[in-house]
Amino acid sequence: MDLSTINPLVLIASLMVAATPILLAALGELVVEKAGVLNLGVEGMMITGAICGFAIAVETQSPALGFLAAMAGAALLSLIFGVLTQILLANQVATGLALTLFGLGLSALLGQGYNGLKPPPTGKLDLGPLGDVPVLGKVLFSHDMIVYVSLALVVAVWAMLRYTRLGLILRAVGENHDAAHALGYKVVRIRLAAITFGGACAGLGGAYLSLVRVPQWTDGMTAGAGWIALAIVVFASWKPGRALLGAYLFGGVTVLQLNLQAAGLAVPVQYLSMSPYLITILVLVIMSADRGRAALSAPACLGRVFHASS
Amino acid sequence: MIRLEKRPTPSRFWTLATPLLAVILTMIAGGLLFAFLGKDPLEAIRTIFWDPLFHPQFASYSRPQLLVKAGPLILIAIGLSLGFRAGIWNIGAEGQYIIGAICGAGVALAFYPLEAWYVFPLMVIAGALGGWAWAMIPALLKTRFRTNEILVSLLLVYVAEELLASMALGLMRNPAGGGFPGSRNLQQYPAAANGELIAGTGMHWGVAAAFIAVILAYVLLNRHMLGFHIRLTGQSPRAARFAGVRPNALILICLGTSGALAGLAGLFEVAGPAGQISIDFNQGYGFTAIIVAFLGRLHPVGILLAGLLMGLTYIGGDLAQFMLGLPAAAIQAFQGMLLFFLLGVDVLTNYRIRIGRTEAA
Amino acid sequence: MKFGSILAGVALALGLGGAALAQDKVKVGFVYVGPINDGGWSQHHHESALKMKEHFGDKIDFVFQESVPEGADAERTMTQMALSGADLIFTTSFGYMDPTINVAAKFPDVKFEHATGYKTADNVSVYSARFYEGRAITGFLAGKMTKSNKIGYIASFPIPEVIRGINSTYIHAKKANPDVQLSVIWINTWFDPAKEADATQALLDQGVDVVLAHTDSTAPLAVLEKAGGYGFGQAADMAEYAPAPRISSIIDEWAPYYIDRVQAVIDGTWESVNTWHGIKEGMVGIGEFSEVIPEQVRIEAESLKEAISAGDYHPFTGPLKKQDGTDWLAEGEVADDGTLAGMNFYVEGVTGDIPQ
Repeated sequence: MDLSTINPLVLIASLMVAATPILLAALGELVVEKAGVLNLGVEGMMITGAICGFAIAVETQSPALGFLAAMAGAALLSLIFGVLTQILLANQVATGLALTLFGLGLSALLGQGYNGLKPPPTGKLDLGPLGDVPVLGKVLFSHDMIVYVSLALVVAVWAMLRYTRLGLILRAVGENHDAAHALGYKVVRIRLAAITFGGACAGLGGAYLSLVRVPQWTDGMTAGAGWIALAIVVFASWKPGRALLGAYLFGGVTVLQLNLQAAGLAVPVQYLSMSPYLITILVLVIMSADRGRAALSAPACLGRVFHASS
Repeated sequence: MIRLEKRPTPSRFWTLATPLLAVILTMIAGGLLFAFLGKDPLEAIRTIFWDPLFHPQFASYSRPQLLVKAGPLILIAIGLSLGFRAGIWNIGAEGQYIIGAICGAGVALAFYPLEAWYVFPLMVIAGALGGWAWAMIPALLKTRFRTNEILVSLLLVYVAEELLASMALGLMRNPAGGGFPGSRNLQQYPAAANGELIAGTGMHWGVAAAFIAVILAYVLLNRHMLGFHIRLTGQSPRAARFAGVRPNALILICLGTSGALAGLAGLFEVAGPAGQISIDFNQGYGFTAIIVAFLGRLHPVGILLAGLLMGLTYIGGDLAQFMLGLPAAAIQAFQGMLLFFLLGVDVLTNYRIRIGRTEAA
Repeated sequence: MKFGSILAGVALALGLGGAALAQDKVKVGFVYVGPINDGGWSQHHHESALKMKEHFGDKIDFVFQESVPEGADAERTMTQMALSGADLIFTTSFGYMDPTINVAAKFPDVKFEHATGYKTADNVSVYSARFYEGRAITGFLAGKMTKSNKIGYIASFPIPEVIRGINSTYIHAKKANPDVQLSVIWINTWFDPAKEADATQALLDQGVDVVLAHTDSTAPLAVLEKAGGYGFGQAADMAEYAPAPRISSIIDEWAPYYIDRVQAVIDGTWESVNTWHGIKEGMVGIGEFSEVIPEQVRIEAESLKEAISAGDYHPFTGPLKKQDGTDWLAEGEVADDGTLAGMNFYVEGVTGDIPQ
């Protein structure tokens, strides 16, 4: 065993790539849940984004168009959820799960004929001399566009929720939809917009898997990433910064355990495989125990049906 | 402008009519999908909904299979529905199902090859306890540290899957299995086997347990103080506290019950239809049961019917795959559509559609 | 409503066994564990089945079902196939073993072929491929091609098939390059492209420059293409990654066997057999050696393949010791099939433990 071969800087660079899909999906879902909607269909939207992005990127040979198509495709799918839950007032938990089932089937149908193809390469963002900066160059400045987009999105979502009027309205809708309605905000429309945004983010995360991280298309290739994204939102207590922490923690432990195996650490593999889940739970327990009731910051109307009865 | 007006009480007519309407809408939309894939839509629909029940060649086999498939779904969904009514979210029934199976099979393998009447009852107890204990982790973390139960129960599914793989490869590996993963087959160990109670009916103890659970849940929710507390907490947690409901006790009871029932479902499955602990023993019953619970409107009888309907689409979907060459993905998409329509038209039960002046929401 | 009909069906259900209809054409069914386009195991069974169907054309009926979970669902699928009049059913995953035996007992007139299992019956054959022969060649190439003297192996589950592959790879990498070190990563899944990609990246981060995968997707090759290093096609040729990073491949070739067995049913000569074929019979194919391999190495690999194919060389030939240093095979001794079939130990020199 030679643990000195594990270079922390290389590890951080790898974990940023590994965590980006779940980070993107988690940020989208965070906004959705802040608006008081629980969409458990993240997995279905991610996989739909993965195939839409892949197919369009292959057809047009443009990864950028692929990413846009992924966002559009998954957003469209999320609108099924939006219409059902916001207009037809269907139960959100069940509709979200149905969306996952439908998305998995739909993506496999759309993906027929795209197996075994190679997508056009997504280039690394050329940051010129920055990439050559010692130490930080490899960690911070050697990634592709989407990694930076995901980081920018963390800041954007945080700033939007905290400082903008839009954020205020969104939170108001999530905390008390009746009051928000009474104040004249269009609850259903705001929620539909949030759901669409969540779909687009999940789609982008899915396309990151199929176009950058893996890169290829196979049925069911998200393999549960959407569920992890959902868990990360709860882990984050609906705060964007903590979603970043959660996604990088989870991605980090995943990558670390593979590196530990490769380096020959003599710990039974199944304990290493469980570690990302157990450590996430453990960290959450410590954080929630620490803050007592403050950790219970779920939007008050999360998952509740809104019907303007007036 | 079309708007919705809440009915004072759910419409009796639409309660019964909406599922039918949903199935008809699904047949139309699904038919379009199948036609698009180049299959005869009528034949596909008939194969999915009709053939499993009435096809001269298959029906005698697939009707009992309906019970085998629906049994675990109903059993798990009943447990989940109690918590869901009270706003306690156990998303990790899949994990509790796995642990129940592991504990139950563990008892059986520990006694192997002893033929004694008490082996199976002990397995049942172990299965229920295993599922209960696995659900107690999120329950205790929630009551003690206020940790969110959705996150913990969900992540524990993945931990349970790793444990399952470890059991199938290590501790429970069949010593006579030539080094391959997987435990001994419990179907071949009579004292532990959960066989058919009446040959050819598909009725095994798990199906029986599902029916019993339906009845008990019905009685509990309608006749018992605990049921009242659960419903009250779901409607208004504050009011429930005034009525003397202790939230922590309710969390422990609801998560514990759903865990125990999911554990039982796992035990009955491993001792019966599945037969052995293997790496891929779990097939997503724990997640599908969440859908079943909501499709059944969290009502015991509704769950019973929803479970049977879900089972029907699985079995009919299988038939459509190899009879008509429909891809499995099309069946999955079709099931998704069915759920969308069932959930969507449900609005008619509780709301009246009014056509009138614009009333922005 | 549904209920009444279920109970009404009880009586009918008792006459289960005799329901299979007589048909003129031979009907062949396939049961797959994954989707038919998983890019790996199930896809190659299906492609081989399609070749078989093409061979026979209208003389046979061909049905299949994909993504069938092991256990109760598999048993139901097989029973329904048998009820629909199938004469021969191929069940293509190890986990279908007990269900296959159960269903076969109920339908004595239907023939079953179970892949990779070991339980046979009068109407159940088993068949499997000696992939370790192919792994000897890819292991040899890995040993020759590594510059860092570190090669990596992405393993799925610790079953004999995978352990044979690791041992065979290591033995022959060591022959090619005495300084070679092998790192094994267990990812506990057959199919999770993202995890396979992460594992490949982790190996590269540890200085490995040749990666062998025992999982199904092309994700490792895709990562290698971006990051540098060599790999091999697994199950399929994966020629789209040639000449580099894919420098050769191990290919599953089931079609000749399928054609053989269906023909036997048509001729009425089908008998229960236990088949374990390798390079010689064509069940294990070796993909083209790409041009990035130096010519001398290509010639050596080719002669290794010839020797295995001709039966002159067995990949597990002594002297070999087990990982703990105890003797396994004496000089010139060859491993017997029984030990290989249940292999649960590493050979000397492989580091780490087999997960339990």
